[in-house]
Amino acid sequence: MSTRTPLGRARGLGSAKSGTGHWWAQRVTALALIPLVTWFVISMIVITGANHETALSFISSPINAVLLTLLIVATFYHGQLGLQVVIEDYIHTKWLEVTLILSVKGGAIFLGVASVYAVIAIALGG
Amino acid sequence: MAEFKLPKNSKVTEGKEWPKPEGATNTKAVKVYRWSPDDDQNPRLDTYHIDIDDCGPMVLDALIKIKNEVDSTLTFRRSCREGVCGSCAMNINGGNTLACTKFIADTKSDLKIYPLPHQAVIKDLVPDQTHFFAQYREIEPWLKTDTPAPERERLQSPEDRAKVDGLWECVLCACCSTSCPSYWWNEDRYLGPAILLQAYRWLADSRDEATGERLDNLEDPFRLYRCHTIMNCTKTCPKQLNPAKAIASIKKMMVERRL
Repeated sequence: MSTRTPLGRARGLGSAKSGTGHWWAQRVTALALIPLVTWFVISMIVITGANHETALSFISSPINAVLLTLLIVATFYHGQLGLQVVIEDYIHTKWLEVTLILSVKGGAIFLGVASVYAVIAIALGG
Repeated sequence: MAEFKLPKNSKVTEGKEWPKPEGATNTKAVKVYRWSPDDDQNPRLDTYHIDIDDCGPMVLDALIKIKNEVDSTLTFRRSCREGVCGSCAMNINGGNTLACTKFIADTKSDLKIYPLPHQAVIKDLVPDQTHFFAQYREIEPWLKTDTPAPERERLQSPEDRAKVDGLWECVLCACCSTSCPSYWWNEDRYLGPAILLQAYRWLADSRDEATGERLDNLEDPFRLYRCHTIMNCTKTCPKQLNPAKAIASIKKMMVERRL
């Protein structure tokens, strides 16, 4: 039985004075993903069934390489923001919550960098 | 983890079936959640039968009739019986609402009445709202000014006064907050729709001078941003208010002050 007053418990550690940046970034990346994903889906439909060389030359075109890189960055950034919210919602064991959030962010950075590296390598003829 | 299963001692069992009223031709079954802290029993669902032809039209009328004529141990909160006090909030056939403004006739099948979801039960239909009202106190729901008080009333234009319409009508019945999954999982830190609507009521008041300070206290991943626009709050509000819109307005103000 806690002897803390109800008001003390409600106030807790006080306001973190943050969260707006996260919320705004999630909306902005969502907006950016609308045209990027539309472009990506149409492009994939167009080159369906093409051979390896055609796919490589698609990625090496400057405009496609830039759009692909933007798509990768926006997707992983948006994705980890969303997963962070899910973890904060449902995981209430603090060490597990922090571990999972760091894993998600680390994983997003790793996969994002790997994907961008792949695009650059192909585009620059690596 | 969030808990999705009830603990063993919270499993609701089948309760007592009370006799039908004698000579009644038009009866309705009312199933009510019962739990008492005084015995070690699990909660149970008691079934009462009421004579619809000899009962007021509202669910609260049925509960009062049961308490008066059948089972005086049935425990629930009620006061104004006209939807302005917010005392008789409960879960009726799956939706949170005020028993006093909910027609019995709205429900074709049996009436099923439970306390508000995800709050500790004190007895039967009475939930513990200590934390809910502590959170209300936390947002400091009163006019705050630094300008010395005027000789007469504080002036407000009709247009500015209209900005708190749809906000001041809230009776703090907690129907919305206890319908919100985010509030279920994080009620310790998330303020919930009712308290955030009240917070916006003071943010929207042209006479208040503490807008920035209020926003500072709300800007938090849990206090405000646990709202994921699920909209259960707006759907269930027995006063037809729109807490989800009020919360969206707070989020808009948060962005506005940094752009």
